[in-house]
Amino acid sequence: MPNKQASKKPIDKGIVAGHNGIESHFISHGKHTYSINAMKILKRLIHITVVATKGMEKGQVVLGCLAPHPPHLVYAENPEQNEPFSEGGWETLRWGYNRLARKLKKIDYDVMVIFTPHWATYIGTHFLGLPKFKSLSVDPIFPNIFRYKYDLTVDVQLAQEMHKSASEAGIITKMMTNPDFRIDYGTITSCHMLNPEWDKPIITISSNRNTHYYSGEVMNEQATALGEACLKAIEKSGKKVVLVSSHSLSHRHFVTESPLPEDMSREHIYNHSQYVWDMKMINMMREGKMKEVIDIMPEYTEQTIAETEAGGLTWMMAAMGLPNYPAEIYGYQSVIGTGNAVVAWDPNSQTREIVL
Amino acid sequence: MDSDRDVLFGIYCPPHPQPLLAPELNNGYKNLRNAYDKLRDRIQSSGADIILIYSTTWPSIVGHQIQAHPEPEWIHVDDDFHYLGSMPYKFNIDSDFAHAYRDAAESRGLHSRTVAYDGFPIDTGSVVALSLLNPDNKIPACIVSSNMYSNRSETMVLGKAARDALSKQGKKAVIVVVASLSNRMFTEHIDPKNDKIHSSKDDEWNKKILEFFKDGRLEDLSQLSRDIHGQIRIQKVAAYKPVWWMAATMGQHNNYQGEILAYEPLHGSGGAVIQLTPSNESVGDKEFDEDDVEYYHGDRNVLDRGNL
Ligand SMILES: [Fe+2]
Repeated sequence: MPNKQASKKPIDKGIVAGHNGIESHFISHGKHTYSINAMKILKRLIHITVVATKGMEKGQVVLGCLAPHPPHLVYAENPEQNEPFSEGGWETLRWGYNRLARKLKKIDYDVMVIFTPHWATYIGTHFLGLPKFKSLSVDPIFPNIFRYKYDLTVDVQLAQEMHKSASEAGIITKMMTNPDFRIDYGTITSCHMLNPEWDKPIITISSNRNTHYYSGEVMNEQATALGEACLKAIEKSGKKVVLVSSHSLSHRHFVTESPLPEDMSREHIYNHSQYVWDMKMINMMREGKMKEVIDIMPEYTEQTIAETEAGGLTWMMAAMGLPNYPAEIYGYQSVIGTGNAVVAWDPNSQTREIVL
Repeated sequence: MDSDRDVLFGIYCPPHPQPLLAPELNNGYKNLRNAYDKLRDRIQSSGADIILIYSTTWPSIVGHQIQAHPEPEWIHVDDDFHYLGSMPYKFNIDSDFAHAYRDAAESRGLHSRTVAYDGFPIDTGSVVALSLLNPDNKIPACIVSSNMYSNRSETMVLGKAARDALSKQGKKAVIVVVASLSNRMFTEHIDPKNDKIHSSKDDEWNKKILEFFKDGRLEDLSQLSRDIHGQIRIQKVAAYKPVWWMAATMGQHNNYQGEILAYEPLHGSGGAVIQLTPSNESVGDKEFDEDDVEYYHGDRNVLDRGNL
């Protein structure tokens, strides 16, 4: 990423003093040079060296998160942005999320890039392309529990770079630049649970419905190509990026809701088959077998009508080079019958943990 | 046959935003727009008390949701066609009817609920239909969702519940089903001038369906729904349901006058604007093989019973 500070041409008394910041600080500038004390020069030099080095560094994915987005989780947390009030619920998932959010606080990252099933596009993959979005998100399925006021920032530069890289790879793409566009509740729920302070910019990537239009296999191919293209853009950008794949695992819902949605005496997985499949997937994640997980994805998706059908996990794993190290498991629980796991992949073996 | 008259006529129309936002992009979109405009005038002079919409672009999970906010207002943007522009709306919803419909659905064994929240995201199909068919909100409207998991019996019963509610309130309705025929779109961006139906197969099936509509054979189409789903529908949901709901709401027979006002491609999908008006001339000569359903008993728990 070009470093603005270093590439700005410093001017002293109308004289262009060099092509970049580093050079300019090595040039003698007459009387001004002598007026700066040695400590200040040293500090500045260290700063510039760090910034310049950073500018030359390849960008990287510093963490990948499987972040389910039932709006029930935000509802249960009772943040001030969400209007309905709850008495809690789904603690296994929420406490797992809370722990992962604490880990994220210790990680140095520039932007969160999220792939969401609830911005479903049939004509290519779309990227959020405006710097600010502020509005109210009401869940079309569960409006009784999710009416959330959001105010978020987008890293448009990286979004454009990913858009360009994906287009160059032959993927159909589109930038979304309509200011009235409403951010989907998948993005909001996952990002809120991972970073309730919203103090980092995000990028949302829409999910192209390849599974519906073609098959689970085609979805895997397309999402892999997209993941690889996004990684290229990330590396070029010099940024540290957290990837977020926002979805449940098995995805059969109950079609009725208890009068109190957070009544945990009513919550359980839709059927045992869904549970067994989810456990199989989680065990493979725990063992670092992500290539196997992606290989089995079409069958898993079909058997459990899993929300992996949108392609998020395949995209994220492709962008992370199909990790062969153990995933960090933060929790598994059902929400209105669906199976949900909070999981992270930490490429840094020094900070990677066995969580559960 | 008297209760048939609760429905003055039925409309089948596509959910895509081009006829609303960009009819000038090609002659087909313009044609569709003209068809909507014609129906707008017919609705205005029909004496209808309510416009009732069943929208395939409003999926629900928790039962069947019915819009009950008296004046929902927002600026809607489509997920795919956001570049065509925004759709500001403010509608006039008949909350009383929404509650009556909910009660009627519950009495027939369905799980149903009304929704009335500021900022609730009304779907593209409903926004397009209501904006074009009822631009001045002269006639109150109501919208019912399409449950992702529901199949034939549940959808039929949902349609019958709509008739119950109309009868109970003594309201005359124009019903509107918002759905494509073939729903496969091109997966790349196209020049609208080159828009066409995605494949000859889709086109042929669409034309066959249009023949049935033109002959007023709604119940025959309802019986063909599973074939239509397998042949020309992207498998996003369990079944092709709109004709089931339409037939159940309009009386499950073949005695209609059909008029195809437009049939055009919308980014590859089949977009048709159709009017069906109850009449007394029977065309039907088919033996129906699918069961009729009056009450929804839920899943039959075949698996559990097999374990006994
Ligand atoms: Fe979801």
